[in-house]
Amino acid sequence: MTYRLGVDVGGTFTDLLLVNEKTGQTWTAKVPSTPADQSIGVLKGLERVCGLAAINPKEISHVMHGTTVATNTVLTGSGARVGLVTTKGYRQVLQIARSFVPGGLGGWVIYNKSLPMAPLALTIEADERVGARGDVVRPLDEQALRRSLESLKGKQIEALTVSLINAFANDSHERRVRDIAAEVMPGVPVSLSSNVVPEMQEYERTVTTVANSYVRPVVQRYVNNLQSKLASRAGSVKLHILRSDGGLSSAKSAEEYPVNLLMSGPAGGVTGALWVALQAGFPNLLTVDVGGTSTDVALINGGEPRLRRETTVGDVTVRASSVDIRTVGAGGGSIAHVPELTKALRVGPQSAGADPGPAAYGRGGEEPTVTDANVVLGYLPEMQRLGGDMELRRDLAEKAVAKVGTALGKTTHDAALGIYDIVNENMVGALRLVSVEQGHDPRDYALIGFGGAGPLHANALSRLLGSWPTIIPPGPGVLCALGDATTAVRDESARTYIRKFSETSSDEIFKILDKLSSAAAKALEREKVPRAEMQRSYQVDVRYHGQGLRLTVDIKLDDLRRRGLKAISEPFDEEHRRLFTFALPLEHEFVALRAVVQGRGIKVTRRRIAAGTPDPSKAAVGTQAAYMDGRKVKATVYDRARLKAGNRVKGPAIVMEMDSTTVVLPKHTAVVDKLGNLLIYPDGHKGLKGAPRRNVRKSKGRK
Amino acid sequence: MPAKIIQRSNKPFRKVKVDTVTIDIIESALRNARYEMDTVLFRTAMSPGIREQHDEFPMIANLEGKMVVGQFGSFIWGFMQGYDGTVEEGDIFLTNDPYSVNGAISHANDWLMLMPIYKKGQIIAWSAMFGHMTDVGGKVPGSLPTDARTIYEEGVVVPPVKIVKGGQLQEDLLRVVLHNCRLPTWNYSDFNAIVAALRTAGNRCVEIAERFGDDIFYSAMDAMLERNKRAMRELIRRTVPETKQYFEDYVCDDGMGMGPYKIACSMWREGDLCIFDFAGTDPQSISSINFLLNEEMFKMFAGVYMIMVFDPQILFNDGFYDLMEVRIPKGTLLKPIKPAALSCRTHALGRIFDVLGGLLGQGNPAFMCAAGFSDSPHFMYSGYNKQGEWYQLYQITFGGIPGKPFGDGPDGHSLWPSFTNVPNEFLESYFPLRIDIYETIIDSGGAGKFRGGNGLRIGYRFLEDGEISIHDDRWLTYPWGVNGGEPGKRSTKTLVRADGSEELMPSKIDHVKVSAGDLLIADTWGGGGCGDPLERDPAQVLFDVEAGLVSVGGALRYGVVITNGAVDAGATQALRKKMAAKRGKVPLFDRGFTDMEELKARCKAETGLDAPAAPQFTTWAKARAGKADKAPRKSRKVA
Repeated sequence: MTYRLGVDVGGTFTDLLLVNEKTGQTWTAKVPSTPADQSIGVLKGLERVCGLAAINPKEISHVMHGTTVATNTVLTGSGARVGLVTTKGYRQVLQIARSFVPGGLGGWVIYNKSLPMAPLALTIEADERVGARGDVVRPLDEQALRRSLESLKGKQIEALTVSLINAFANDSHERRVRDIAAEVMPGVPVSLSSNVVPEMQEYERTVTTVANSYVRPVVQRYVNNLQSKLASRAGSVKLHILRSDGGLSSAKSAEEYPVNLLMSGPAGGVTGALWVALQAGFPNLLTVDVGGTSTDVALINGGEPRLRRETTVGDVTVRASSVDIRTVGAGGGSIAHVPELTKALRVGPQSAGADPGPAAYGRGGEEPTVTDANVVLGYLPEMQRLGGDMELRRDLAEKAVAKVGTALGKTTHDAALGIYDIVNENMVGALRLVSVEQGHDPRDYALIGFGGAGPLHANALSRLLGSWPTIIPPGPGVLCALGDATTAVRDESARTYIRKFSETSSDEIFKILDKLSSAAAKALEREKVPRAEMQRSYQVDVRYHGQGLRLTVDIKLDDLRRRGLKAISEPFDEEHRRLFTFALPLEHEFVALRAVVQGRGIKVTRRRIAAGTPDPSKAAVGTQAAYMDGRKVKATVYDRARLKAGNRVKGPAIVMEMDSTTVVLPKHTAVVDKLGNLLIYPDGHKGLKGAPRRNVRKSKGRK
Repeated sequence: MPAKIIQRSNKPFRKVKVDTVTIDIIESALRNARYEMDTVLFRTAMSPGIREQHDEFPMIANLEGKMVVGQFGSFIWGFMQGYDGTVEEGDIFLTNDPYSVNGAISHANDWLMLMPIYKKGQIIAWSAMFGHMTDVGGKVPGSLPTDARTIYEEGVVVPPVKIVKGGQLQEDLLRVVLHNCRLPTWNYSDFNAIVAALRTAGNRCVEIAERFGDDIFYSAMDAMLERNKRAMRELIRRTVPETKQYFEDYVCDDGMGMGPYKIACSMWREGDLCIFDFAGTDPQSISSINFLLNEEMFKMFAGVYMIMVFDPQILFNDGFYDLMEVRIPKGTLLKPIKPAALSCRTHALGRIFDVLGGLLGQGNPAFMCAAGFSDSPHFMYSGYNKQGEWYQLYQITFGGIPGKPFGDGPDGHSLWPSFTNVPNEFLESYFPLRIDIYETIIDSGGAGKFRGGNGLRIGYRFLEDGEISIHDDRWLTYPWGVNGGEPGKRSTKTLVRADGSEELMPSKIDHVKVSAGDLLIADTWGGGGCGDPLERDPAQVLFDVEAGLVSVGGALRYGVVITNGAVDAGATQALRKKMAAKRGKVPLFDRGFTDMEELKARCKAETGLDAPAAPQFTTWAKARAGKADKAPRKSRKVA
């Protein structure tokens, strides 16, 4: 018998989910995280979950893991000392960046640019030049380069990046630089831009490759450590790391291309949310993951998360595919304030962080946060123990929120409700970015709320967007581990290919895509994915000649063979019309071609909870005075562990579990489904009649 | 006759009291809508100026046409006064005539479109946007002729017209306009992109009004304007002194060998009213460097500048317009009389920001920023390639951001909101050139406690015979430093022919023939320094030296002595003491010259270029200036 293990390491808890690959049976475990060496917590959890399943850890064949190690390295600026080699004349490519100054008209007055991840003092030039078509304009001056590398070596760099102009069209010089660097500074990992992101645009390619170098030593250490610890208990287990795009990469590829892991953690959340929603019958989904300082949102259409071709962490944006997750600086710790001049109520982006945290935590925080507003409003009852043991101080929360009330001339309750409403509006702003702005109507989507604070806001967000039902899965931590465990191994192979349609043919495109898919398949073979299980899909990035955008069109090879390039141009025009309301009578142009190959995911069966009647009163544990929609209400408090399938929880209600709290607003009802999800609908909604409704499968553009 | 608004219902909206949180929510929803306009435009536009560089400006205004979210202020009221026709549901208006909209746009490359937003047959708001088209016809590719004497040489000029009538595109009209442009498919695509953006804003406004109710939507917009007015009143009271402040700055030349042109402005406060008076500004130029400055737009510039310096949290809108009065004498560089040429107004437009900085800073030296990258230098390259196809590049470049009391100015960056550079690999793929050098110029940022940003050096290697244009400034006058900060280095342009010979290029020139293999080295200017350079942390100076942004020699301007890659603390202390004694008290402004004659006298020796001659002005504009005052709107109607 073989097993898979999904592992999610959060700030407080490490969640694990063990799956029997044959039967789909699952076991979960939750242990405290061990920030100093995360592998300690992971191993402890592994012991526990294996104990529950009564198996020997050696029976685990694959461990799937989403990690925030790369993200945190960037956010805390604790990466490697990176050296950079550029083409002569381009030493300052990161210093100049895109010349962009944020903040609108006059924004420069307050803009202080952060320093590049590869310091200028550690950047050297290679005397060489490749032209735009890959032609060598000037050969590489190897002797001069060797001298420059020697001097760089003296500056104790820990990783080296090579990013030469037009290397996406011809990588021979970059490879030569790598070989020379290997001689001059053996052991220093070298990242080539033509490997990491072989695409046009020198700044983006450079910053991405530098980011790769920057996090590489840290990720390498982390992965090595975890792997050896796992090996010590579980033998020859294969470790996979979840990539930002929701695919899995081998431990080796994670070490080489860690820039692809910058969104690994949140991607696990989205993947898990998707799995839960699919089981519940909702393939069209908005995901809302509310954490302490920020909220991550994403859109899933027809069971496929939207991908985008860039990843942003802090103020670093790199060219690496990621699930299209938008982040707003609005979370439980976001601070509310009233600027003196405008007397407006603002929430965030400043955050109280984990320390001192919200006033209600009683750790010395005095600024009013979103969590404090939730306490004042009664949404977080005092009987709730956050993370199992932390007591909430209502008096301190009230004192903090009263400051805002005084500044606004409002009662403390109204001020708290104002904070709650504003932060919801900020989250809606991010949800609009992934939905309306991409041509999707949020009313066609369900909304799933998770993360520590997601279930507090999800009902209100659904109401603002008309996205029903609100889905609250049980156990937000397990969600990520579930996402990790259920992900299929996936690899893609892509190339920049700029050609007008008239300059190429469907035969040519066919040939390139075929070659790309073979390359991706080889990578999967190395991961021991049998050929028969591989699913191949193809994408092309297209635009009108002269345009700056690129839209991704999914294509089928036999369709391409049958209809020629029309199989691409027609869906492109249709998508363009859908997104921008018009198509243009202009020639189409290819930008990039891509083949994606993935292995089969596994079947997971989650245990159904016991069935009950519509009456949930057996799960009620008390009442709580709360302030909802501007009125004082008495909310019933339920213990989630005692709810049964088929129970109907009428709002106003509060549902508690160990690591989250759900608010059900007045005039709304939460139905408990077979898997223990809460599905919240406004009273009178069709969804409350009969069996839970599924939303329809969409077939626009992507499947 | 002002425009006649046709509505199915004319029932006025009720002014109701709106809860402050609701106002905040509507404010963020409108702000999101405005950013959505940007996104729609960037993704579908074709002019690289719009698409890659973001030379475009969206806004949403209330039903009276006051800008509620946006950047450049509203012109809708002015447009309504000048448009002799009806405004109906489904209409979209187009114009690129600065004279018809009193300078709401200031040259013909900017296509301005506006749309009334109807809900149930009644106007609830307006959306508007303008963007810079790469070409609108006229005598030079790019439609920015340095030597134009009238607007008729600057391309096709469209008065305010209904380009979409009741939802129907007026195709014949559009065809006429496009027929006059060198790159009609670009204009066509950009046009469509702007229409899509306007409609997006329209949909959002209707949704918001549906969600909250029409009266609340209307009243909330009003409250946002009022909120801004309150904040600005407070700011003006605190920061603008009642005594007159005066500042002047210059556009170095007019591309015809004359200059500099003076922009003069006085500022003072009377009660709550802040007055800007441009008396003393030079008369309009006979060339195309005139900048038709819209008074409302200037208020926006001034307001935004104050907000950014003193309290960046404030959302700016038209609410504070009553608190400012702007006086611009007719017939001057900033209020030229038709048909004066306008295309190359970018230099004067940029310089306005330096003037503002100089004016506002005098009353609040602690908040003062240096002079900086107050321009958008243009580079253009066009011709036929070996395959006989026309290529045409228009590019905006960047330079040194000024030092400011909050930190150093970034190197080679843009002062303009949301502008970005075009990736060089993109340029090399689409145009017959190679960018051999792309770096900032060592020591070009002014020394200061906060260093001015370095200017940018671009080495363009041409791969086809063709023609180039250069439009730049600050080659004669310096970007000044403040509070002891030194001026930044000036701009230069050198053409290195394939045979190795070098030619100095003037700052503004069209029709320069280049051959394959020639190299243009285009240096923009650095930002001025802010604060006493002797107070800059020597470790920071060393950091810049190691980065190659400041040279070891350049470090001496900070009184920092660097030997063998380390700061020599003793020598630094001694040098700083000596420099401080020699210098005496630090001046508020350091312009790098004492008076214009002195600067001109050393021009040739320092820049290699002849000093410009004193400007000669037209007589007709002077004669008309007096009359124009009496009939201020006449010129708009004629157009």
